[in-house]
Amino acid sequence: MLFEGFAKVADAGPVGMVTLRAKPGAALDAALGTVPGHRQIAGNVAWMSPDEYLIFVPYADVAAKITELDTALAGAHHLAVDVSDSRAVFDITGPKAADVLSKLMPVDFRTLREGEIRRSRAGQVAAAVWRHEGGYRLFCFRSVARYVFGLLSHSAQPGSEI
Amino acid sequence: MSTRLSCGGRLIDRRAPRDFSFNGKKMRGFLGDTLASALLANDQMLVGRSFKYHRPRGIVAAGPEEPNALVGLGVGSRFEPNQRVTTTELFQGLTATSQNHWPSLEYDVGVVNNYAARFLPGGFYYKTFIHPRFAWKHVFEPIIRRSAGLGKAPIDRDADRYEQAYDFADVLVIGGGVAGLQAALVAGRSGARVLVLEQTAHWGGRAPVDEAEIGGLTADEWIRNAVEALEGMQNVTLRLRTMGAGVYDHGYVLAEERIADHTPADGRPRKRLWRIRAAKVIAAQGAIERPLSFAGNDVPGVMLAGSVRDFVVNHAVAPGDRTVVVTNNDDAYRTAILLVEAGLSVPVVLDARAAADGELPRRARAMGIRVETGRGIASVKGGKRVTGVAVCAQAGQGAVLETIACDSVAMSGGWSPIVHLWSHCGGKLIWDEVNAHFRPDPDRPPTGQDGQGIVVTAGSASGALTTDAVLRDATNAAGGTDAPEAAVPQEAPVAAIWVMPQGAGPELRAKMWLDYQNDVKVSDVQLAAREGYTSVEHTKRYTTLGMATDQGKLSNINGLAVLSQALSIDIPQVGTTTFRPPYTPVTLGALAGEARDDIFQPLRRTPMHEWHEAHDVEWEPVGLWRRPYCYRRPGETSHQAVMREVSNTRTNVGLLDASTLGKIIVKGPDAGKFLDMLYTGMMSTLPVGKCRYGLMCNEQGFLSDDGVVARIDEETWLCHTTSGGADRIHAWMEDWLQCEWWDWQVFTANVTEQYAQVAVVGPNARKLLEKLGGMDVSKETLPFMQWQDGTLGGFRARVYRISFSGELSYEIAVPANEGRAFWDACVAVGAELGAMPYGTECLHVMRAEKGFIMIGDETDGTVIPQDLNLGWAISKKKADYLGKRGQERAFLASPDRWKLVGLETLDGSVLEDGAYAPAEGLNANGQRNTQGRVTSTYFSPTLGRGIAMGLVLRGPDRMGEVVEFTKLDGSLAKAKIVDQVFYDKEGAKQDV
Amino acid sequence: MLILECPHCGIRAEETELAPGGEAHLKRFGPGSSDQEFEDYMFARKNPKGVHFERWRHAYGCGKWFIAARCTATLEVFGTYPAQTAAPPQHIIDAVKTRRPGWEGYK
Ligand SMILES: [Zn+2]
Repeated sequence: MLFEGFAKVADAGPVGMVTLRAKPGAALDAALGTVPGHRQIAGNVAWMSPDEYLIFVPYADVAAKITELDTALAGAHHLAVDVSDSRAVFDITGPKAADVLSKLMPVDFRTLREGEIRRSRAGQVAAAVWRHEGGYRLFCFRSVARYVFGLLSHSAQPGSEI
Repeated sequence: MSTRLSCGGRLIDRRAPRDFSFNGKKMRGFLGDTLASALLANDQMLVGRSFKYHRPRGIVAAGPEEPNALVGLGVGSRFEPNQRVTTTELFQGLTATSQNHWPSLEYDVGVVNNYAARFLPGGFYYKTFIHPRFAWKHVFEPIIRRSAGLGKAPIDRDADRYEQAYDFADVLVIGGGVAGLQAALVAGRSGARVLVLEQTAHWGGRAPVDEAEIGGLTADEWIRNAVEALEGMQNVTLRLRTMGAGVYDHGYVLAEERIADHTPADGRPRKRLWRIRAAKVIAAQGAIERPLSFAGNDVPGVMLAGSVRDFVVNHAVAPGDRTVVVTNNDDAYRTAILLVEAGLSVPVVLDARAAADGELPRRARAMGIRVETGRGIASVKGGKRVTGVAVCAQAGQGAVLETIACDSVAMSGGWSPIVHLWSHCGGKLIWDEVNAHFRPDPDRPPTGQDGQGIVVTAGSASGALTTDAVLRDATNAAGGTDAPEAAVPQEAPVAAIWVMPQGAGPELRAKMWLDYQNDVKVSDVQLAAREGYTSVEHTKRYTTLGMATDQGKLSNINGLAVLSQALSIDIPQVGTTTFRPPYTPVTLGALAGEARDDIFQPLRRTPMHEWHEAHDVEWEPVGLWRRPYCYRRPGETSHQAVMREVSNTRTNVGLLDASTLGKIIVKGPDAGKFLDMLYTGMMSTLPVGKCRYGLMCNEQGFLSDDGVVARIDEETWLCHTTSGGADRIHAWMEDWLQCEWWDWQVFTANVTEQYAQVAVVGPNARKLLEKLGGMDVSKETLPFMQWQDGTLGGFRARVYRISFSGELSYEIAVPANEGRAFWDACVAVGAELGAMPYGTECLHVMRAEKGFIMIGDETDGTVIPQDLNLGWAISKKKADYLGKRGQERAFLASPDRWKLVGLETLDGSVLEDGAYAPAEGLNANGQRNTQGRVTSTYFSPTLGRGIAMGLVLRGPDRMGEVVEFTKLDGSLAKAKIVDQVFYDKEGAKQDV
Repeated sequence: MLILECPHCGIRAEETELAPGGEAHLKRFGPGSSDQEFEDYMFARKNPKGVHFERWRHAYGCGKWFIAARCTATLEVFGTYPAQTAAPPQHIIDAVKTRRPGWEGYK
């Protein structure tokens, strides 16, 4: 899925994602190396909630990552699951990429910093977005991928610049 | 006549003519015109008919307060009704049609209502149409529907695109007049993030019209400088053509931006609805001039004095050649002076006050303009256009002193601050005796999250009526101190004149319009008061005062002043009606935003969605999911398709896309304990590798969800939920874990969409899996109610041996990305085994044949598991589970419950869905007693007859009894109460 | 439309990102409780005009439950705090009392 309007909306393809639920502590520090602060992305780990992290890895490496986490956290209460296939990931790029998202999410994109992740909603569904050097990356549930792509391309229509 | 003046017009560009049409008549205006100024320039004063009496109506105002001049704009897929000509920008090719008349604007049949006006007083509708009852439907409603109503709804699909957007501001300034600009300058310089909205296409508001001088500059110069300065600030955003529609809780503001109203089909969205969050709102919307209530004040050519100035200065349009000015204040003299300076004639200024000695009246007199004080208008002459006025003493009863010929009347009853945005969220008003208006009470503002005021008003929206006061107030509003100076003439106070003349009799009062759009007159409000409507809110609804699309912008104060006089109480005691958003109407398209067509709502699609689409699927909505209902083959009806799918699944093998089933992982040292609380049955004892059917109830004890639970490892369970239930049940789990048992060590994850799930069902199911290969799926290795991980046909798979059909059945979960390929593989290897896909209706028929319940069919929020004979799934050993205490309540533990049974019609027919079984006698409400209800009913191709389940009073105790159920045609169907399991009672077929 | 700050993740969430959960600090009554206790637990809800404690879930966010103390009449928010407590914490009580000196307590 690709749409080129006043910003570019592109399906990012398969992204390996592991949801890790664990409480902060020494075991978690050891397992993750760097534990990101609230709503931050540190390395390949995103802070999702006080006891939830999302870890990005190459799609093929997910099983290995889960094994690694389970080993590192053996004995500590935790849950590591593959969520790669349950999500759709879109990249929104271009100088006015934030305008596309501003139409869909009740989020102040002028204050969203690079490396910060924001969970909210896009239109009528849950979505998370973060800002990186090259633009914005958004993910949502896979069942609504077509809907979210529809939202993004509607918002990015040429002539709809804010 | 109204004409274009030969010079002037600060907003128009005479080098850019614009052709347009009104009721098919070709006309020409200029870029910068509003449709109103362009119509007036073409001497088109008559623009519509009033709502009730179909009186001819002209343009009264120059802004959004215009009550009369509503037109239909555009044609076909771009037609939009009820557009105010005063806020519509002219563009090349604009097409406008007038409304509310038949057959034409000039000759309207409905005008007979006008002659019958004394039979249509306030409250007429309430009084007339209540009796006789039948007449409403057959007589009144059809007539009213044809003759009443403003614009017509568009017929074609809207060709335009709409959208919404979010924005955030420290300071949101609504209104881009000098007050708004000054407030924005102060706020902007302080470094705050400022957003400024202006509803028109230009900055500065009315200050240039009134020739204000600010800081030694002309208003136009000052405005240009201010806008330039604001544009230079990084922290300030300016938006023209954006109307602040409403202020809501915690600083939430809606605004409508008209992007392409004036440039149709240029590829841009037509409108954008802004959803703004502001820490502070500065409402600088200005003030609206009030009409005066004299007989015939609605004749086309009677206009607001300030609006006359707007048209002259902004668009070089003179509404008339000879204009009588009638006023109760000094401000209207500006109109007289301006018109004379423009070379037009002002035969007289009628000032209702005893004296007029202010600077402006003195200037007018010095110019030779005749000024008469203590005078008013007894009546306006003319029908479709003013031809003159009859002059009387304000103090008298309307005896005519003199008749003066004129073709327009400029009236001014004083100015009222626009308090809408202040009031939307609870800001209170105070009555200002001096200026005779309600203005915001700064001590009682609407409050926000922190309990502090969230809106401040600036300029004339605060009640400041001179440019210097406006600038000072705006500066203060934004927290500044240095306001620019403005030179203003001294003005004498306004006189509170609510009826002209003061002693007008019934004849005159019945021709004084308060609410032009809804045709409410002074006499109507007085009648309401006499009939006992003492509350302003009741009077409003009884007379419809202020209930039209203009929401009483002109009529509000005059109406309640008349009411207060009629009730002999003070205006502040009468109070005002509630100001509700939106300030001016917002297009439905903007409210819908992007939500139409494909993205109207988020349809959830499984990984196999495209396959279903390509195979003649008929969809069934299940929540937001789309699930295949059945797959029709050429020549088949849906029913035939379902029958084929059932038969084939029972004899060969069927494939069901079960991906929508909820899948929630529950893990932790306390997970077993947690699930024992959540389910009615025991889940902690479920051995690893096994599956168990479970029921979840709410705390009242009512069944809320069901599904199969699989024990994955020592600490991990996987809970299946119903298709629509995954999010709800996951939230339910988290609620209890976070808010009640937060010290329990349990984590959950909703992995519903991580997996595609395929049910392979039927006698050939095992063969199909064996053909895929990779796993031993024999009865010995993978018995009924167990699961295993492995590889099937090269796919990573988790295989559950569970059955919702009574057949040999496997449910296979594979990663969602591989779901489509796995499905294709099943279809391919299944071909020679007779595999066919089946849909939800086939699933329903098969589960009903087996007597399995379905959440939402057998349950409706008032049914406990015991009602459904599911006592076997309730642990007797557990001290507690969610719903246990609820189920112990006497009325739920009673044997006199409606309980689940099977139902077999005596003639083999299919019972009607939801049909009731009547019982003897009547209940307390005089309704027929009932003793049962059909919950699921189908034709069973397996049994060749209708089968049903139902809840029947003490049903299981009444096996063999024949009960009657209602039918839609009024007859009754006889059905025998039987066991709910119709097929393979021993369960032999699923356990092979 | 309300804004409530989620105490778990720090987002000032707008109402559309939240799911309401009704009155906070209910005590659960299960098997063994009297009919009256169970009825109160199930059905008897406060409906004050004024200070109220209610549950919210940051549903379109971190997914956590929290409790908001707010005035039902003016919508003033006195504070939010995580739901893992049986009673409002002292700093919330203090914040309410500062703004509503006559307040009689949450019970
Ligand atoms: Zn949160």
